[in-house]
Amino acid sequence: MIATGQLEELLENILSRYGYDFTGYSRASLKRRIDGFYVKGRFTSFADMQRRLMDSTAYFMYFVEEVTVNVTEMFRDPAFYQTLREKILPVLATYPFIRIWHAGCSTGEEVYSMAILLKEANLLHKSILYATDLNQAVIEKAKTGIYPINTMQQNSVNYIRSGGKEDFSGYYHANYNLAKFDEGLAEKMIFSTHNLVSDSSFNLFQLILCRNVLIYFERDLQKRVLELFDQSLDSLGFLAMGSKESLRFSSIASHYQQIENKEKIWRKSR
Amino acid sequence: MAEKQVIKTRRLIIIGGSSGSLEALLKLLPKLHKKFAIPIIVVLHRSGQADNGLTELLAAKTYLQLKEADEKDLLQPGWIYLAPPDYHLLLEEDGSVSLDASQKVNYSRPSIDVSFISAAPVYKERLTGVLLSGANADGALGMQAISQCGGRNIVQDPEEAAVSYMPEQAILLCKTADVLNVAKIAALLNSIAMD
Repeated sequence: MIATGQLEELLENILSRYGYDFTGYSRASLKRRIDGFYVKGRFTSFADMQRRLMDSTAYFMYFVEEVTVNVTEMFRDPAFYQTLREKILPVLATYPFIRIWHAGCSTGEEVYSMAILLKEANLLHKSILYATDLNQAVIEKAKTGIYPINTMQQNSVNYIRSGGKEDFSGYYHANYNLAKFDEGLAEKMIFSTHNLVSDSSFNLFQLILCRNVLIYFERDLQKRVLELFDQSLDSLGFLAMGSKESLRFSSIASHYQQIENKEKIWRKSR
Repeated sequence: MAEKQVIKTRRLIIIGGSSGSLEALLKLLPKLHKKFAIPIIVVLHRSGQADNGLTELLAAKTYLQLKEADEKDLLQPGWIYLAPPDYHLLLEEDGSVSLDASQKVNYSRPSIDVSFISAAPVYKERLTGVLLSGANADGALGMQAISQCGGRNIVQDPEEAAVSYMPEQAILLCKTADVLNVAKIAALLNSIAMD
């Protein structure tokens, strides 16, 4: 196990060597991930691990992939997607052009879920979905739209629970043990790396989704990221968060209103 | 500095369980004293789908306050925190909890091992782990970590547990654990919390 002092030393060295700032991350989860990386890498000592990370950018990028959490599924929390479908999309439909930002999109399951919702609401043609993550490797996976076929059963169950009425298997082509989503769904997606910790606002959106990302950040960093979202959101735009996340305690809370059914979606009032 | 002092004296109890543990918990919770002075975290294996009233059910069985844990909750004596479905619950040095949506551990999220292993080096000898009935080995490695960090372990007597596998696995890995029935677990926890 990595000692607390060693963890802090590593985070400082990573920041000065690579510019990736993990110092605002919640320590318990980060330490667990790095402990796991240490065991998996069979290092002889903490110094050994640190040397390898400092010596090779490629190896450091692998480290970033391993210590950040990239677990996601399609239509995760079906009730949340049902709310998007029934309460949020009808509002977005009134705009001539819809811009959506998936911040921390991981391997893209949430982006494809959103594209399916938009297509079924006949809104995809006038939408654009920006999907960003700090991790280049997951962005590359997301771009392919290819997922293991064995996840499709759960995805399909979630889709139906979210109020989906179509045949979910019609959205992908199965090939051996892989499923590739229709390229038509991906036409409106723009994937790019973006680090919420250090990069700035790059557009104005009507809907920002950032689910199960802020739980890994300490309070100060959460506040900064929420301010970034606030700068990136049109007035009357929507901010969607994970089921255990909240705008409570944030400086932007005063001009946001949670939607009526208590799903974790807030609307900007001005 | 004053804050650090508080942390050094902060104690914690984590109760874990899987199949058959709900009935044990429903017997245990009403026996905990009104003035129970240590926060309790309950980590139960539960389905990822919507909250099926578990929080309300458990809250009705105890004199203590009970809530589903939110991220960054600062643990308070007199409170019981239920780990939310589909998140691991970890413990921070400042006495707060963190949630984590990473891979399942032992087919479970929340995983008892994740909470035990995270809490063990933070709370050291001030941590008590309790493991109830279950059909899975989750919690056993965690109890080993608790014991290595100087904490105390209590396992439900496999003879009493509705499903004995989980307690048995923990006893195999952690010989120093107290093996007790629910009534005695409650009495022991009450005595620890009244010190």
